[in-house]
Amino acid sequence: MPIFYEKRQIVTPGDLLAEDEYISGENTYKENEKIFATRVGLFDHDQKRVYVVALKSFYVPMVGDTVIGKVLEVTFGGWVVDIRAPYPAMLRASDALERPVRPQRDDLPSLFDVGDMMIAKIVAYDRTRDPLLTVLERGLGKVTRGQTIEITPTKIPRVIGKKGSMVSMIKNETGCQIAIGQNGRIVIIGKTPDDERSAIMAIRMIEREAHTSGLTDRVTEMLRKEKGEKSTKEVVENVPKET
Amino acid sequence: MKTSQKKPEKLIDEKDIRYDGRKLNEMRPVKIEVGVLANADGSAYIEQGKNRILAAVYGPREIHPKHQALPDRAALRCRYHMAPFSVQERKSPAPSRREHELSKVIREALEPSIFTEYYPRTAIDLFIEVLQADGGTRCAGITVASLALADAGIPMRDLVCACAAGKVEDRLILDLDDLEDKSEGADVPIAYMPNMDVVTLLQMDGMLTSEEFEQVLNMGVEGCRQISQLQRDALRAKYTAAKEAEAEKEDEAEEAKE
Repeated sequence: MPIFYEKRQIVTPGDLLAEDEYISGENTYKENEKIFATRVGLFDHDQKRVYVVALKSFYVPMVGDTVIGKVLEVTFGGWVVDIRAPYPAMLRASDALERPVRPQRDDLPSLFDVGDMMIAKIVAYDRTRDPLLTVLERGLGKVTRGQTIEITPTKIPRVIGKKGSMVSMIKNETGCQIAIGQNGRIVIIGKTPDDERSAIMAIRMIEREAHTSGLTDRVTEMLRKEKGEKSTKEVVENVPKET
Repeated sequence: MKTSQKKPEKLIDEKDIRYDGRKLNEMRPVKIEVGVLANADGSAYIEQGKNRILAAVYGPREIHPKHQALPDRAALRCRYHMAPFSVQERKSPAPSRREHELSKVIREALEPSIFTEYYPRTAIDLFIEVLQADGGTRCAGITVASLALADAGIPMRDLVCACAAGKVEDRLILDLDDLEDKSEGADVPIAYMPNMDVVTLLQMDGMLTSEEFEQVLNMGVEGCRQISQLQRDALRAKYTAAKEAEAEKEDEAEEAKE
Protein backbone atom coordinates (compact mmCIF):
# COMPACT_ATOMS: atom_id res chain seq x y z
CA MET A 1 0.00 0.00 0.00
CA PRO A 2 2.22 2.85 -1.18
CA ILE A 3 1.66 6.48 -0.22
CA PHE A 4 3.31 9.12 -2.37
CA TYR A 5 3.29 12.20 -0.16
CA GLU A 6 4.31 13.09 3.35
CA LYS A 7 1.87 14.48 5.88
CA ARG A 8 1.23 18.24 5.58
CA GLN A 9 2.78 18.44 2.11
CA ILE A 10 0.95 20.65 -0.38
CA VAL A 11 -0.84 18.74 -3.14
CA THR A 12 -2.61 19.99 -6.27
CA PRO A 13 -5.65 18.58 -8.11
CA GLY A 14 -4.82 15.38 -9.97
CA ASP A 15 -1.80 14.45 -7.85
CA LEU A 16 -1.59 10.70 -7.25
CA LEU A 17 -1.74 10.33 -3.45
CA ALA A 18 -1.90 6.61 -2.76
CA GLU A 19 -2.67 3.24 -4.26
CA ASP A 20 -4.57 0.05 -3.41
CA GLU A 21 -6.47 -0.47 -0.21
CA TYR A 22 -6.80 3.03 1.19
CA ILE A 23 -10.19 4.67 1.50
CA SER A 24 -10.58 7.94 -0.36
CA GLY A 25 -11.40 10.68 2.19
CA GLU A 26 -12.21 14.39 1.86
CA ASN A 27 -11.11 16.19 -1.29
CA THR A 28 -9.92 13.04 -3.02
CA TYR A 29 -11.34 10.55 -5.50
CA LYS A 30 -10.59 6.96 -6.31
CA GLU A 31 -10.28 5.47 -9.76
CA ASN A 32 -8.76 2.12 -10.71
CA GLU A 33 -7.44 1.58 -7.16
CA LYS A 34 -5.62 4.90 -7.29
CA ILE A 35 -6.43 7.92 -5.13
CA PHE A 36 -6.02 11.44 -6.52
CA ALA A 37 -6.44 14.89 -4.96
CA THR A 38 -9.32 17.10 -6.13
CA ARG A 39 -8.30 20.35 -4.42
CA VAL A 40 -5.21 22.30 -3.45
CA GLY A 41 -4.49 21.41 0.13
CA LEU A 42 -2.37 19.71 2.73
CA PHE A 43 -2.06 15.96 2.41
CA ASP A 44 -2.85 13.79 5.42
CA HIS A 45 -3.69 10.17 6.15
CA ASP A 46 -4.39 7.70 8.94
CA GLN A 47 -4.34 3.88 9.00
CA LYS A 48 -7.07 3.46 6.43
CA ARG A 49 -8.07 6.81 5.03
CA VAL A 50 -6.26 9.26 2.76
CA TYR A 51 -7.49 12.85 2.72
CA VAL A 52 -6.61 16.42 1.83
CA VAL A 53 -7.29 19.43 4.05
CA ALA A 54 -8.33 22.05 1.50
CA LEU A 55 -6.63 25.43 1.68
CA LYS A 56 -9.47 27.21 -0.06
CA SER A 57 -13.02 26.11 -0.53
CA PHE A 58 -16.61 27.31 -0.45
CA TYR A 59 -19.51 26.34 1.80
CA VAL A 60 -21.67 23.38 0.82
CA PRO A 61 -24.87 23.10 2.90
CA MET A 62 -25.28 20.16 5.27
CA VAL A 63 -28.41 19.24 7.23
CA GLY A 64 -27.86 20.12 10.89
CA ASP A 65 -25.29 22.86 10.32
CA THR A 66 -25.67 26.15 12.14
CA VAL A 67 -25.14 28.96 9.65
CA ILE A 68 -25.20 32.74 9.72
CA GLY A 69 -27.33 34.15 6.94
CA LYS A 70 -28.26 37.50 5.51
CA VAL A 71 -31.79 38.20 4.29
CA LEU A 72 -31.86 38.83 0.54
CA GLU A 73 -35.58 39.11 -0.04
CA VAL A 74 -38.89 39.05 1.82
CA THR A 75 -41.51 36.98 -0.03
CA PHE A 76 -45.14 36.12 0.75
CA GLY A 77 -44.45 32.97 2.68
CA GLY A 78 -40.99 33.66 4.06
CA TRP A 79 -37.49 34.92 3.42
CA VAL A 80 -34.73 34.17 0.93
CA VAL A 81 -31.45 34.04 2.81
CA ASP A 82 -27.85 34.18 1.59
CA ILE A 83 -25.75 31.58 3.43
CA ARG A 84 -22.64 31.88 1.22
CA ALA A 85 -23.49 28.61 -0.51
CA PRO A 86 -24.07 27.91 -4.21
CA TYR A 87 -27.80 27.79 -3.38
CA PRO A 88 -30.07 30.41 -1.76
CA ALA A 89 -31.69 29.23 1.48
CA MET A 90 -35.38 29.60 2.46
CA LEU A 91 -36.81 30.41 5.86
CA ARG A 92 -40.57 29.86 6.08
CA ALA A 93 -42.66 32.50 7.79
CA SER A 94 -44.62 29.83 9.63
CA ASP A 95 -41.34 28.66 11.16
CA ALA A 96 -40.37 32.08 12.51
CA LEU A 97 -43.94 32.80 13.72
CA GLU A 98 -44.51 29.33 15.22
CA ARG A 99 -48.02 29.29 13.73
CA PRO A 100 -49.56 29.39 10.24
CA VAL A 101 -49.09 32.66 8.37
CA ARG A 102 -51.95 35.12 7.96
CA PRO A 103 -50.75 37.11 4.96
CA GLN A 104 -53.15 39.99 5.67
CA ARG A 105 -52.13 40.49 9.27
CA ASP A 106 -48.53 39.37 9.63
CA ASP A 107 -45.86 41.93 8.92
CA LEU A 108 -42.91 39.82 7.83
CA PRO A 109 -40.36 42.67 7.41
CA SER A 110 -40.82 43.50 11.09
CA LEU A 111 -39.39 40.08 11.97
CA PHE A 112 -36.60 39.98 9.38
CA ASP A 113 -35.99 42.73 6.86
CA VAL A 114 -33.68 42.75 3.85
CA GLY A 115 -30.08 42.92 5.07
CA ASP A 116 -30.79 41.52 8.55
CA MET A 117 -28.40 38.87 9.82
CA MET A 118 -29.66 35.69 11.43
CA ILE A 119 -28.31 32.60 13.11
CA ALA A 120 -30.21 29.63 11.71
CA LYS A 121 -30.00 25.89 11.31
CA ILE A 122 -30.37 23.89 8.10
CA VAL A 123 -33.25 21.41 8.45
CA ALA A 124 -33.50 20.09 4.91
CA TYR A 125 -31.27 20.04 1.88
CA ASP A 126 -30.49 17.66 -0.95
CA ARG A 127 -29.38 17.78 -4.58
CA THR A 128 -32.84 18.65 -5.84
CA ARG A 129 -33.99 21.11 -3.18
CA ASP A 130 -32.56 24.37 -1.92
CA PRO A 131 -31.63 24.47 1.77
CA LEU A 132 -34.46 25.12 4.27
CA LEU A 133 -33.72 26.95 7.52
CA THR A 134 -35.21 27.10 10.99
CA VAL A 135 -34.76 29.63 13.81
CA LEU A 136 -36.75 27.68 16.40
CA GLU A 137 -33.95 26.50 18.64
CA ARG A 138 -32.01 27.94 21.52
CA GLY A 139 -29.34 30.33 20.34
CA LEU A 140 -30.92 30.85 16.92
CA GLY A 141 -32.67 33.95 15.62
CA LYS A 142 -32.00 37.49 14.57
CA VAL A 143 -28.64 39.12 15.21
CA THR A 144 -29.39 42.55 16.66
CA ARG A 145 -25.93 43.85 17.50
CA GLY A 146 -22.24 43.04 17.19
CA GLN A 147 -20.11 42.53 14.12
CA THR A 148 -19.96 39.82 11.45
CA ILE A 149 -16.77 38.69 9.80
CA GLU A 150 -16.17 36.15 7.04
CA ILE A 151 -13.44 33.55 6.70
CA THR A 152 -12.88 30.51 4.45
CA PRO A 153 -15.29 27.75 5.64
CA THR A 154 -12.45 25.19 5.70
CA LYS A 155 -10.84 27.09 8.57
CA ILE A 156 -13.92 27.06 10.80
CA PRO A 157 -12.85 23.85 12.63
CA ARG A 158 -9.60 25.59 13.55
CA VAL A 159 -11.49 28.57 14.98
CA ILE A 160 -13.60 26.22 17.09
CA GLY A 161 -10.60 24.15 18.19
CA LYS A 162 -10.60 20.75 19.88
CA LYS A 163 -13.91 20.46 21.75
CA GLY A 164 -14.35 24.20 21.35
CA SER A 165 -11.12 25.05 23.17
CA MET A 166 -10.19 27.90 20.84
CA VAL A 167 -13.53 29.79 20.89
CA SER A 168 -14.01 29.38 24.61
CA MET A 169 -10.51 30.76 25.14
CA ILE A 170 -11.25 33.80 22.95
CA LYS A 171 -14.58 34.26 24.76
CA ASN A 172 -12.84 34.21 28.13
CA GLU A 173 -9.99 36.48 27.15
CA THR A 174 -12.09 39.13 25.41
CA GLY A 175 -15.43 38.77 27.20
CA CYS A 176 -17.24 38.64 23.85
CA GLN A 177 -20.11 36.41 22.84
CA ILE A 178 -19.15 34.55 19.67
CA ALA A 179 -21.47 32.64 17.34
CA ILE A 180 -19.83 30.58 14.61
CA GLY A 181 -21.62 29.56 11.43
CA GLN A 182 -20.34 26.53 9.55
CA ASN A 183 -20.61 28.67 6.41
CA GLY A 184 -17.63 30.79 7.43
CA ARG A 185 -19.47 33.70 9.01
CA ILE A 186 -18.79 34.62 12.62
CA VAL A 187 -20.83 36.99 14.79
CA ILE A 188 -18.99 38.76 17.60
CA ILE A 189 -20.88 40.64 20.30
CA GLY A 190 -18.70 42.44 22.81
CA LYS A 191 -19.26 44.84 25.70
CA THR A 192 -17.02 47.44 24.08
CA PRO A 193 -15.82 47.94 20.48
CA ASP A 194 -12.28 47.29 21.74
CA ASP A 195 -13.23 43.82 22.95
CA GLU A 196 -14.78 43.07 19.57
CA ARG A 197 -11.66 44.35 17.84
CA SER A 198 -9.34 42.05 19.76
CA ALA A 199 -11.65 39.06 19.14
CA ILE A 200 -11.56 39.85 15.42
CA MET A 201 -7.78 40.15 15.55
CA ALA A 202 -7.58 36.72 17.15
CA ILE A 203 -9.80 35.15 14.48
CA ARG A 204 -7.86 36.79 11.65
CA MET A 205 -4.68 35.42 13.21
CA ILE A 206 -6.18 31.92 13.29
CA GLU A 207 -7.21 32.30 9.65
CA ARG A 208 -3.69 33.29 8.61
CA GLU A 209 -1.89 30.64 10.62
CA ALA A 210 -4.45 27.83 10.45
CA HIS A 211 -1.87 25.33 9.20
CA THR A 212 0.62 25.87 12.06
CA SER A 213 0.64 24.03 15.40
CA GLY A 214 0.53 25.41 18.93
CA LEU A 215 -1.87 28.06 17.74
CA THR A 216 -4.12 28.30 20.81
CA ASP A 217 -1.16 29.27 23.00
CA ARG A 218 0.06 31.90 20.59
CA VAL A 219 -3.41 33.42 20.24
CA THR A 220 -3.77 33.53 24.04
CA GLU A 221 -0.41 35.24 24.29
CA MET A 222 -1.34 37.76 21.61
CA LEU A 223 -4.64 38.58 23.33
CA ARG A 224 -3.01 38.98 26.75
CA LYS A 225 -0.33 41.22 25.29
CA GLU A 226 -3.02 43.25 23.55
CA LYS A 227 -4.90 43.60 26.84
CA GLY A 228 -1.73 44.48 28.71
CA GLU A 229 -0.83 47.19 26.24
CA LYS A 230 -4.25 48.68 26.49
CA SER A 231 -4.27 48.78 30.26
CA THR A 232 -0.79 50.33 30.38
CA LYS A 233 -1.90 52.88 27.81
CA GLU A 234 -4.87 53.78 29.95
CA VAL A 235 -2.57 54.16 32.95
CA VAL A 236 -0.25 56.42 30.99
CA GLU A 237 -3.19 58.47 29.79
CA ASN A 238 -4.58 58.71 33.27
CA VAL A 239 -1.36 59.82 34.91
CA PRO A 240 -1.22 63.35 33.47
CA LYS A 241 -4.85 63.90 34.38
CA GLU A 242 -4.20 63.11 37.99
CA THR A 243 -1.17 65.37 38.29
CA MET B 1 0.46 50.52 -37.47
CA LYS B 2 3.92 49.84 -36.22
CA THR B 3 6.15 47.84 -38.53
CA SER B 4 8.36 46.48 -35.75
CA GLN B 5 7.18 42.97 -36.55
CA LYS B 6 8.84 42.56 -39.92
CA LYS B 7 8.66 39.06 -41.22
CA PRO B 8 12.11 37.48 -41.35
CA GLU B 9 12.98 35.73 -44.58
CA LYS B 10 13.34 32.38 -42.94
CA LEU B 11 11.60 31.29 -39.78
CA ILE B 12 14.02 28.43 -39.21
CA ASP B 13 17.69 28.51 -40.27
CA GLU B 14 19.89 25.63 -41.49
CA LYS B 15 20.98 24.79 -37.95
CA ASP B 16 17.36 24.23 -36.89
CA ILE B 17 17.28 27.43 -34.86
CA ARG B 18 14.04 29.41 -35.08
CA TYR B 19 13.93 33.12 -35.85
CA ASP B 20 13.54 33.99 -32.17
CA GLY B 21 16.46 31.80 -31.15
CA ARG B 22 14.50 28.78 -29.95
CA LYS B 23 15.27 25.17 -30.80
CA LEU B 24 12.64 23.13 -32.65
CA ASN B 25 11.22 21.52 -29.51
CA GLU B 26 11.70 24.46 -27.19
CA MET B 27 8.81 26.36 -25.59
CA ARG B 28 8.61 30.08 -25.04
CA PRO B 29 9.46 31.23 -21.51
CA VAL B 30 6.43 30.87 -19.24
CA LYS B 31 5.58 32.83 -16.10
CA ILE B 32 2.47 31.95 -14.09
CA GLU B 33 0.90 33.59 -11.05
CA VAL B 34 -2.12 32.37 -9.09
CA GLY B 35 -4.64 34.40 -7.10
CA VAL B 36 -4.00 37.80 -8.66
CA LEU B 37 -7.54 39.22 -8.44
CA ALA B 38 -9.18 40.07 -5.12
CA ASN B 39 -12.81 40.18 -6.29
CA ALA B 40 -12.89 36.83 -8.09
CA ASP B 41 -13.32 33.52 -6.26
CA GLY B 42 -10.29 32.24 -8.14
CA SER B 43 -7.86 33.81 -10.60
CA ALA B 44 -4.57 33.31 -12.42
CA TYR B 45 -2.28 35.12 -14.85
CA ILE B 46 0.09 33.72 -17.46
CA GLU B 47 2.84 35.14 -19.63
CA GLN B 48 3.94 32.79 -22.38
CA GLY B 49 6.37 34.56 -24.68
CA LYS B 50 4.54 37.75 -25.57
CA ASN B 51 1.14 36.36 -24.59
CA ARG B 52 -0.40 37.89 -21.51
CA ILE B 53 -3.65 36.37 -20.28
CA LEU B 54 -5.82 36.77 -17.18
CA ALA B 55 -8.42 34.25 -16.04
CA ALA B 56 -11.10 34.72 -13.36
CA VAL B 57 -13.57 32.21 -11.92
CA TYR B 58 -16.80 32.88 -10.03
CA GLY B 59 -18.87 30.19 -8.39
CA PRO B 60 -20.36 27.72 -8.13
CA ARG B 61 -23.19 30.20 -7.67
CA GLU B 62 -26.87 30.66 -8.38
CA ILE B 63 -27.54 30.55 -12.10
CA HIS B 64 -29.15 33.46 -13.91
CA PRO B 65 -31.06 33.25 -16.22
CA LYS B 66 -32.70 30.30 -14.46
CA HIS B 67 -33.52 28.37 -17.65
CA GLN B 68 -29.81 27.69 -18.19
CA ALA B 69 -29.70 25.57 -15.04
CA LEU B 70 -28.94 21.89 -15.56
CA PRO B 71 -30.76 19.46 -13.27
CA ASP B 72 -27.87 17.03 -12.90
CA ARG B 73 -24.73 19.18 -12.90
CA ALA B 74 -23.26 22.65 -12.75
CA ALA B 75 -23.20 24.66 -15.96
CA LEU B 76 -19.73 25.84 -16.91
CA ARG B 77 -20.01 29.16 -18.69
CA CYS B 78 -16.89 30.35 -20.38
CA ARG B 79 -16.02 33.63 -22.06
CA TYR B 80 -12.81 33.96 -24.05
CA HIS B 81 -12.26 37.57 -24.92
CA MET B 82 -9.47 39.57 -26.52
CA ALA B 83 -8.87 43.12 -25.36
CA PRO B 84 -9.05 45.72 -28.16
CA PHE B 85 -5.37 46.50 -27.58
CA SER B 86 -4.22 42.88 -27.53
CA VAL B 87 -3.27 42.80 -31.22
CA GLN B 88 -1.51 45.15 -33.66
CA GLU B 89 -4.67 46.33 -35.37
CA ARG B 90 -7.44 47.35 -32.92
CA LYS B 91 -9.83 44.50 -32.38
CA SER B 92 -13.48 45.37 -31.92
CA PRO B 93 -14.42 44.57 -28.31
CA ALA B 94 -17.61 42.83 -29.43
CA PRO B 95 -17.26 39.04 -29.31
CA SER B 96 -16.30 37.81 -32.77
CA ARG B 97 -17.14 34.52 -34.44
CA ARG B 98 -13.66 33.27 -33.52
CA GLU B 99 -14.08 34.22 -29.83
CA HIS B 100 -17.45 32.42 -29.65
CA GLU B 101 -15.85 29.31 -31.07
CA LEU B 102 -12.87 29.46 -28.74
CA SER B 103 -15.17 29.98 -25.74
CA LYS B 104 -16.92 26.77 -26.71
CA VAL B 105 -13.81 24.65 -27.29
CA ILE B 106 -12.18 25.91 -24.09
CA ARG B 107 -15.32 25.08 -22.13
CA GLU B 108 -15.34 21.60 -23.59
CA ALA B 109 -11.64 21.17 -22.87
CA LEU B 110 -12.08 22.07 -19.19
CA GLU B 111 -15.44 20.50 -18.37
CA PRO B 112 -14.16 16.90 -18.17
CA SER B 113 -11.72 17.98 -15.46
CA ILE B 114 -14.37 19.41 -13.12
CA PHE B 115 -16.72 17.47 -10.83
CA THR B 116 -19.70 19.45 -12.13
CA GLU B 117 -22.07 16.74 -10.91
CA TYR B 118 -21.37 17.74 -7.29
CA TYR B 119 -23.20 21.04 -7.65
CA PRO B 120 -26.35 20.63 -9.76
CA ARG B 121 -28.40 23.68 -10.80
CA THR B 122 -25.50 26.09 -10.29
CA ALA B 123 -23.21 28.05 -12.60
CA ILE B 124 -19.44 28.23 -12.71
CA ASP B 125 -18.47 31.37 -14.60
CA LEU B 126 -15.09 31.55 -16.23
CA PHE B 127 -13.63 34.63 -17.88
CA ILE B 128 -10.47 34.53 -19.96
CA GLU B 129 -9.17 37.94 -20.94
CA VAL B 130 -6.34 38.13 -23.46
CA LEU B 131 -4.39 41.32 -22.75
CA GLN B 132 -1.69 40.73 -25.34
CA ALA B 133 -1.80 38.04 -28.02
CA ASP B 134 1.07 36.38 -29.81
CA GLY B 135 -0.23 33.04 -31.07
CA GLY B 136 -1.31 30.04 -29.05
CA THR B 137 -3.71 32.01 -26.85
CA ARG B 138 -6.29 29.23 -26.70
CA CYS B 139 -3.70 26.91 -25.20
CA ALA B 140 -2.35 29.46 -22.74
CA GLY B 141 -5.98 30.35 -21.96
CA ILE B 142 -6.83 26.76 -21.06
CA THR B 143 -3.70 26.43 -18.91
CA VAL B 144 -4.44 29.58 -16.95
CA ALA B 145 -8.20 28.92 -16.67
CA SER B 146 -7.57 25.52 -15.13
CA LEU B 147 -5.41 27.17 -12.47
CA ALA B 148 -8.08 29.78 -11.75
CA LEU B 149 -10.60 26.94 -11.23
CA ALA B 150 -8.24 25.21 -8.80
CA ASP B 151 -7.67 28.51 -7.00
CA ALA B 152 -11.44 28.93 -6.60
CA GLY B 153 -11.49 25.66 -4.65
CA ILE B 154 -13.56 23.82 -7.24
CA PRO B 155 -12.99 20.05 -7.01
CA MET B 156 -11.21 18.75 -10.10
CA ARG B 157 -10.06 15.39 -11.44
CA ASP B 158 -6.85 16.91 -12.76
CA LEU B 159 -5.37 20.20 -13.93
CA VAL B 160 -5.68 20.72 -17.67
CA CYS B 161 -2.63 22.00 -19.49
CA ALA B 162 -2.40 22.87 -23.15
CA CYS B 163 0.27 23.41 -25.75
CA ALA B 164 0.43 23.63 -29.54
CA ALA B 165 2.78 21.89 -31.93
CA GLY B 166 2.93 22.09 -35.68
CA LYS B 167 4.88 22.24 -38.91
CA VAL B 168 6.70 25.28 -40.26
CA GLU B 169 8.96 25.26 -43.31
CA ASP B 170 8.78 21.47 -43.40
CA ARG B 171 10.05 21.03 -39.85
CA LEU B 172 8.02 19.99 -36.81
CA ILE B 173 8.11 22.51 -33.98
CA LEU B 174 6.64 23.05 -30.51
CA ASP B 175 4.67 26.06 -29.23
CA LEU B 176 4.13 28.17 -32.35
CA ASP B 177 4.03 31.94 -31.98
CA ASP B 178 2.00 34.34 -34.10
CA LEU B 179 4.42 34.53 -37.04
CA GLU B 180 4.96 30.80 -37.18
CA ASP B 181 1.23 30.23 -36.87
CA LYS B 182 0.49 32.48 -39.83
CA SER B 183 3.08 30.89 -42.12
CA GLU B 184 2.22 27.90 -44.26
CA GLY B 185 2.31 24.56 -42.54
CA ALA B 186 0.18 23.16 -39.78
CA ASP B 187 -0.87 23.97 -36.24
CA VAL B 188 -2.16 21.41 -33.72
CA PRO B 189 -3.36 22.75 -30.35
CA ILE B 190 -3.65 20.05 -27.69
CA ALA B 191 -5.17 20.17 -24.19
CA TYR B 192 -4.20 17.31 -21.93
CA MET B 193 -4.79 15.97 -18.41
CA PRO B 194 -1.39 14.50 -17.50
CA ASN B 195 -2.32 12.32 -14.54
CA MET B 196 -5.27 10.75 -16.29
CA ASP B 197 -3.53 10.65 -19.67
CA VAL B 198 -6.55 12.09 -21.44
CA VAL B 199 -6.62 14.55 -24.33
CA THR B 200 -9.52 17.02 -23.99
CA LEU B 201 -8.84 19.27 -26.97
CA LEU B 202 -7.34 18.36 -30.30
CA GLN B 203 -7.61 20.63 -33.29
CA MET B 204 -5.62 20.89 -36.49
CA ASP B 205 -5.37 23.35 -39.31
CA GLY B 206 -3.07 22.88 -42.28
CA MET B 207 -1.88 19.61 -43.73
CA LEU B 208 0.14 16.81 -42.14
CA THR B 209 0.82 13.25 -43.20
CA SER B 210 -0.31 10.65 -40.70
CA GLU B 211 3.32 10.00 -39.62
CA GLU B 212 3.88 13.71 -39.13
CA PHE B 213 0.64 13.99 -37.20
CA GLU B 214 1.71 11.29 -34.81
CA GLN B 215 5.05 12.99 -34.21
CA VAL B 216 3.39 16.37 -33.71
CA LEU B 217 0.91 14.87 -31.26
CA ASN B 218 3.68 13.29 -29.18
CA MET B 219 5.66 16.51 -29.26
CA GLY B 220 2.61 18.50 -28.16
CA VAL B 221 1.82 16.12 -25.30
CA GLU B 222 5.43 16.38 -24.17
CA GLY B 223 5.04 20.18 -24.21
CA CYS B 224 1.85 19.84 -22.15
CA ARG B 225 3.77 17.86 -19.54
CA GLN B 226 6.31 20.66 -19.24
CA ILE B 227 3.50 23.21 -18.87
CA SER B 228 1.84 21.01 -16.27
CA GLN B 229 4.95 21.07 -14.10
CA LEU B 230 5.06 24.88 -14.25
CA GLN B 231 1.34 24.99 -13.47
CA ARG B 232 1.69 22.88 -10.34
CA ASP B 233 4.73 24.84 -9.18
CA ALA B 234 2.80 28.10 -9.55
CA LEU B 235 -0.17 26.75 -7.61
CA ARG B 236 2.03 25.48 -4.78
CA ALA B 237 4.06 28.70 -4.80
CA LYS B 238 1.02 30.75 -3.83
CA TYR B 239 0.53 28.80 -0.64
CA THR B 240 4.17 28.10 0.23
CA ALA B 241 4.83 31.83 -0.12
CA ALA B 242 2.12 32.49 2.45
CA LYS B 243 3.51 29.74 4.67
CA GLU B 244 7.07 31.06 4.48
CA ALA B 245 6.01 34.63 5.19
CA GLU B 246 4.32 33.27 8.29
CA ALA B 247 7.42 31.37 9.34
CA GLU B 248 9.57 34.47 8.84
CA LYS B 249 7.23 36.56 10.93
CA GLU B 250 7.41 33.98 13.69
CA ASP B 251 11.21 34.01 13.54
CA GLU B 252 11.24 37.77 13.77
CA ALA B 253 8.87 37.71 16.70
CA GLU B 254 11.08 35.23 18.47
CA GLU B 255 14.17 37.30 17.80
CA ALA B 256 12.43 40.35 19.11
CA LYS B 257 11.58 38.46 22.28
CA GLU B 258 15.19 37.52 22.80
